[in-house]
Amino acid sequence: MHLAQLNVAHLRAPLDSPELADFVDLLEPINKLSDAAPGFVWRLKESEDPRETVSHGYGDHLVINFSVWASRDELWNFVYRSAHLPVLQRRREWFLRVAEPYSVMWWIPEGHIPSLAEGMERLELLRREGPGPAAFTFKDFYAPEGVPASGGPSDAGSEAASLPAAAEVRK
Amino acid sequence: MVAALHDPVRRAVYEYVISQGRDVGRNEAAEAVGVQRTLAAFHLDKLVEAGLLESGFKRLGEKTGPGSGRPAKVYRRAPGEWQVSVPARDYRTLALVLAEAVDLLGGEDRAEEAARRAGGRIAERVAPDESLEETLRQRGYEPYAQEGRLRLRNCPFHVLAEAQPLLVCSMNLSLCRGLLEGLGQDPERARLDPRPGECCVSLSINNEN
Repeated sequence: MHLAQLNVAHLRAPLDSPELADFVDLLEPINKLSDAAPGFVWRLKESEDPRETVSHGYGDHLVINFSVWASRDELWNFVYRSAHLPVLQRRREWFLRVAEPYSVMWWIPEGHIPSLAEGMERLELLRREGPGPAAFTFKDFYAPEGVPASGGPSDAGSEAASLPAAAEVRK
Repeated sequence: MVAALHDPVRRAVYEYVISQGRDVGRNEAAEAVGVQRTLAAFHLDKLVEAGLLESGFKRLGEKTGPGSGRPAKVYRRAPGEWQVSVPARDYRTLALVLAEAVDLLGGEDRAEEAARRAGGRIAERVAPDESLEETLRQRGYEPYAQEGRLRLRNCPFHVLAEAQPLLVCSMNLSLCRGLLEGLGQDPERARLDPRPGECCVSLSINNEN
């Protein structure tokens, strides 16, 4: 099984405004980094131009990222353990804070490329019903069989001498 | 488990293996610690039993295919973590709750400021002749030099960084910068430089970025 992920970001200003110039400049290096990252399978692209964002019918204020990965850990390492992290840390300069979930994951058969409409439905499902096997997050992660991963560092236990917890986390 | 590290040879073997950040064979561990191979193997296996290391098999050396011999037993740090507190204390659960609260409140900036001040307070307690590397080692970062930078093999906030990576990694960077500042050094020596399995921060070795 492969892991599909979709996230939406709510722009503070139009993409062609000076406020977003740094973000737009970072699209090419970050997209190249993603496409070369271990475990990267596929990403929805507007064109072969790595500086272009995906155009869609969900509102001009939204930037949508939609990609497929071989495993949870490889996606995690790209998002939080690569040069992508320092860019992510600057997200407040370009995007509004949103109270509802903005990122969703779900398992797909290998070789299947989900549609953007399906991805947006998964995000809606997550927002409506909370995390489950069909729509989940890093924090509330589900293994492919539909069994909740016992991971989650919050399950690490509260005993003073706790058992190895990270072994669970590192799926 | 703590008793498993009481023996000085075993502790040396353990510290050698974890400092390498890769698979280590029995011969290599024996040579590094300066003991016989059988003694090193005994301690390595005891460390696996205690859950501090994990073992596997791997072909070492250049040769492959027939005639290269059977794979050697190798050791690496076990992925789990151990915490011992007597009497019982549970800071982890509360830290996770607080990190989530900061995230929900959008309080990252304040959290970073607080982390920077905490770094400054750590600096006040550092002995004047202590090297930066030693200070970082004592804080649990397991520093090592590579390509002109001090990289940090261990994230002391691992469980929190897994739960709230954006918040915790930026707080960690602020803490390192506060520490440098408190030591009278350029805080910009520290920057976000994440790698799989390591701390998110690295520092320039010389006072250059």
